[in-house]
Amino acid sequence: MHMLVCGGTGCRASASDMLYESLKKEVQDNNLENEVQVVTTGCFGFCEKGPIVKMIPDNTFYVSVEPKDAKELVAEHALKGRKVNRLLYVDPTNKEQISDSKHMGFYKKQIRIALRNCGLINPENIEEYLAADGYEAMGKVLLEMTPEEAIKVVLDSGLRGRGGGGFPTGLKWQIASKNEADQKYVVCNADEGDPGAFMDRSILEGDPHTVLEAMVINGYCIGATKGLIYIRAEYPLAIQRLKIAIGQAREFGLLGTDILGSGFDFDVEIRYGAGAFVCGEETALIHSMEGERGEPTFKPPFPAQSGYLGKPTNVNNVETYANIPVIINKGAEWFSSIGTEKSKGTKVFALAGKINNVGLIEVPMGITLREVIYEIGGGIKGGKKFKAVQTGGPSGGCLTEKHLDIPIDFDNLIAAGSMMGSGGMIVMDEDDCMVAVAKFYLEFTVEESCGKCSPCRVGNKRLHEQLDLITKGKATMEDLDKLKNLSNVIKDTSLCGLGQTSPNPVLSTMENFYDEYVAHVTDHRCPSGVCKDLIRYEVIAENCVGCTACARNCPVNCISGERKQVHLIDQVLCIKCGACLEKCKFNAIAVI
Amino acid sequence: MELIKLTIDNRTVEVEKGTTIFHAAKKLGIEIPTLCYMNLKDLNIEHKPGGCRICVVEVEGRRNLAPSCATECMEGMVVKTHTVRVLNARRTVLELIISDHPFDCLICAKSGNCDLQSLAIKLGVRDIPFQGEKSTYKPDFSPAIIRDMDKCIMCRRCETMCNDFQTVGVLSGINRGFEAVVAPAFERDLDHSECTYCGQCVAVCPTGALTEVDHTKNVIAALSDSKKTVVVQTAPAVRAALGEEFGLEAGTLVTGKMVAALRQLGFDYVFDTDFAADLTIMEEGTELLDRLTRHLGGDKEVKLPILTSCCPGWVNFFEYNYPDMMDVPSTARSPQQMFGAIAKTYFAEKINVKREDMVVVSIMPCVAKKYECTREEFATDGNPDVDFSISTRELAHFIKSANINFNALPDEDFDKPLGESTGAAVIFGTTGGVIEAAARTAYELHTGKTLEKVDFEALRGFDGIRSASVDFDGVDIKIGIAHGLGNARKMLDDVKAGRSEFHAIEIMACPGGCIGGGGQPLHHGDSSVLRARAKAIYSEDESKVLRKSHENPSIIKLYEEYLGKPGSEKAHHLLHTHYFDKKSKQVLLD
Repeated sequence: MHMLVCGGTGCRASASDMLYESLKKEVQDNNLENEVQVVTTGCFGFCEKGPIVKMIPDNTFYVSVEPKDAKELVAEHALKGRKVNRLLYVDPTNKEQISDSKHMGFYKKQIRIALRNCGLINPENIEEYLAADGYEAMGKVLLEMTPEEAIKVVLDSGLRGRGGGGFPTGLKWQIASKNEADQKYVVCNADEGDPGAFMDRSILEGDPHTVLEAMVINGYCIGATKGLIYIRAEYPLAIQRLKIAIGQAREFGLLGTDILGSGFDFDVEIRYGAGAFVCGEETALIHSMEGERGEPTFKPPFPAQSGYLGKPTNVNNVETYANIPVIINKGAEWFSSIGTEKSKGTKVFALAGKINNVGLIEVPMGITLREVIYEIGGGIKGGKKFKAVQTGGPSGGCLTEKHLDIPIDFDNLIAAGSMMGSGGMIVMDEDDCMVAVAKFYLEFTVEESCGKCSPCRVGNKRLHEQLDLITKGKATMEDLDKLKNLSNVIKDTSLCGLGQTSPNPVLSTMENFYDEYVAHVTDHRCPSGVCKDLIRYEVIAENCVGCTACARNCPVNCISGERKQVHLIDQVLCIKCGACLEKCKFNAIAVI
Repeated sequence: MELIKLTIDNRTVEVEKGTTIFHAAKKLGIEIPTLCYMNLKDLNIEHKPGGCRICVVEVEGRRNLAPSCATECMEGMVVKTHTVRVLNARRTVLELIISDHPFDCLICAKSGNCDLQSLAIKLGVRDIPFQGEKSTYKPDFSPAIIRDMDKCIMCRRCETMCNDFQTVGVLSGINRGFEAVVAPAFERDLDHSECTYCGQCVAVCPTGALTEVDHTKNVIAALSDSKKTVVVQTAPAVRAALGEEFGLEAGTLVTGKMVAALRQLGFDYVFDTDFAADLTIMEEGTELLDRLTRHLGGDKEVKLPILTSCCPGWVNFFEYNYPDMMDVPSTARSPQQMFGAIAKTYFAEKINVKREDMVVVSIMPCVAKKYECTREEFATDGNPDVDFSISTRELAHFIKSANINFNALPDEDFDKPLGESTGAAVIFGTTGGVIEAAARTAYELHTGKTLEKVDFEALRGFDGIRSASVDFDGVDIKIGIAHGLGNARKMLDDVKAGRSEFHAIEIMACPGGCIGGGGQPLHHGDSSVLRARAKAIYSEDESKVLRKSHENPSIIKLYEEYLGKPGSEKAHHLLHTHYFDKKSKQVLLD
């Protein structure tokens, strides 16, 4: 029997490493070492319910497991074969316990290709990867295929770059392969930076070898013998597991000289990023690796012509690479049978925001937002009303109710005014103010702009300032027109993808929620009750019983009133923190 | 050569493959406005970061606007340079840049000479729709250069000059987003960096972000002090460029008008740095001959090549970068400092003025000279040999402020004795000039023969690194020339590695030598201006009767009356210097 314990960053934050130790100890104490193996795996994706423990072979899926549960799990499940019912997942719709994850709403519609090994194998043990068909695709390519043949498979599969741009991967490889040079490079872009997105981290933490395998294949295809992984230094666990994986792969002769006797040499090095969002842009990434300031340069030349150290360089994202070995093994036809006409395969999304099942999901292209939000995501938290979903992170746009039934793919999302991006998906409900949401994203881009080109450096700052004025009720209707023009100019004139997309949250919220903007400007009112300068908290006299809870919790002591008397909020002193609203049990505080 | 046909504003144009839209449009007479773009063709510097986004144009079939300075033409391309979309974008971007720029044009040092101001005028910007926070930075006052980064528009031209051309590497982009700015590492001030004060950043800065320290006020104070005898010296490169500030064509020599203007401004003696240049040749030439003779005589200890030491930016550069080679350059002081030393001793005694009652002002094409005259070794009891150094630009402002109609001035002559000079001295102002002047004198002193052909054409030109052999009566003297510190670094690395075959090397920090100095009228990216100035310098040389430094009668008299002979103890004391290891100083500061 195997006990798979999630060792992803999310579950470790909830003490899954202690849980692992406790389980090991229990197994030992019960003398079950020969029968039961406790294994740390990568992320299962269902972070909302972590830490997760999965039992193999019966596939029992335990959720929210704590270290103190270890004793019972071993004593009951391992020793007596009885499920620990209290740790099973409960379907929120019918309150039934579900034991096998494949029957859960969260997993039912998922197809896991890039995440196939996450939550299944021990990422620190190459033998487990080998047992899961690992390095088979590499062997096949190096020993049985010419570079052209392998590129053709990738080309025919229809795989498009998962980092955001959606450029056909096979085509990128083909271009790089045709440029002659004494040295070429293969670069894995692991500089994941969208707020809330963590698919690349999860893949590197849960299945690092798949990336290495794909990089060797990539190197063989374009004629590069050196691979570089550019990863942000804030991903210590992913770095540690990558290092282990690289060490093991070298030991097994899967990296280094004359790999598998094919005569092909390839090795991989890790480069650390300092956590700049813009370094996800490939030219900025390359400059950062070269020790230069991490800022983009004009394309052309494209990296495929002149990249790292001026040599032809192919840059692909982690998730893109994670698809490669499967495509080689199962064939282009199989892969292209999944998805829509122009977007093949699956996409990993980081589902977050006001949704019941927060986590990492992998779904076939063409699935609708409705399926993702309501079936996989389990609907909106607290039964509130869905308002919008932001895809593509700070570069994307807010989509609304009317977009829920469009099939998700690269082109449809752009047509709807958003984009795929690297796969962030943040769900918003009726309590979210769309002006404040746009402002939030602009705050991020202002912070992350490299400052090289003027529209992005100054324009985004001015956009943010204008949005700030709107949320304070200090803007005019004329300002809204200026906002729109400025947004369009920034998109039209910025140097790189960051500035070319940063106004999208503004434009899409203006497009879909213009009345909210108008309410802020003309009525000085925030319809969702979010913008502090436009709201006030008041006591509803008929509901107030004088319990004093609000007054006791007010951090600035601006609520007065005797016990059992109606209380009063001093509007001058109030900082609108909302603590009174949260503490009142009698619905006696209102946001006006 | 592959040709490409494209359409710009409905007109067809054929250009070479690799040409950018900007240049293709220029071919049609369409001037697309730019801001960050800079093209110093003669120096092989094309700076096109595509950062300002002012030069954007519409390209059919393209999703967004294209920066014309960086976008290469493609066959069949259809370009529009002034559609409503383009004009709106260009204006909006300019408004954004101005929205983060101080509005103090009235009192800005660059007013009237500022590329941002010109663009605002051209585009008719009348209001800024996006008022908001402005970026502010700590002002940085060094002895030569002032950095007021509130005025920086991130064009990054200074960075290209400092890093790519000069390889000094002091200035680079720091911080992110709205806070992004060009600065020395860790936002230290220039005074605590390895800045050589060459001033090339100042020479290319489109706004008032980088300017020279203005010493005009100090000069005016000295002139109005009746107890002071104020002596002025003018560097050779100034006369070839000053006229530009008064609307004259580049390359117009204004030596006589400049002298007249200085006299009208109230200087008691108007002298010429060229006098000291001739003196430099006597000292440096003697040193060269001495080392050469020992070398030819088989002395293995002697250091060759000898390197010139007139350029203060270059001196700073090797003090920071090659402290282990400080015995290689000549020990001769720069002409500015030789002049100061002689003025405050020999000349002061002659006119019976006490050292402390004499003020020596220099007019220089240079900002590093401002730093040079503050060096402690060039002062006696705290009294500097040269009190103030002002740039060509500062002098122009001074003349304008004094209500002098410069162009109408009659030509006047320098005062004697420190105003007398030869043609050899004036060519100090351009790259290759110092070594040519040295060769003229060294040849005659070494061979004892008269040099028939004074012009050493092989030493002239604009290539960054040049070399030539001069026949010293059977002995081949190999001469190297570099201008621009990046080129100097290549030469120095060769010397260090023992790969250098040269006997003597001339190095100037600035492109083109002093004519392209950081204190000269701004060339606004037009390097043909530098060529015109060089031509003017050579024509003044040609027009002189005396063209060899050792023939200068005032120099001959100076040695007779005061110094003895070149390299004498007194000459050493007054005219030679020593160098400092600034690398270690820098380490200590760290």
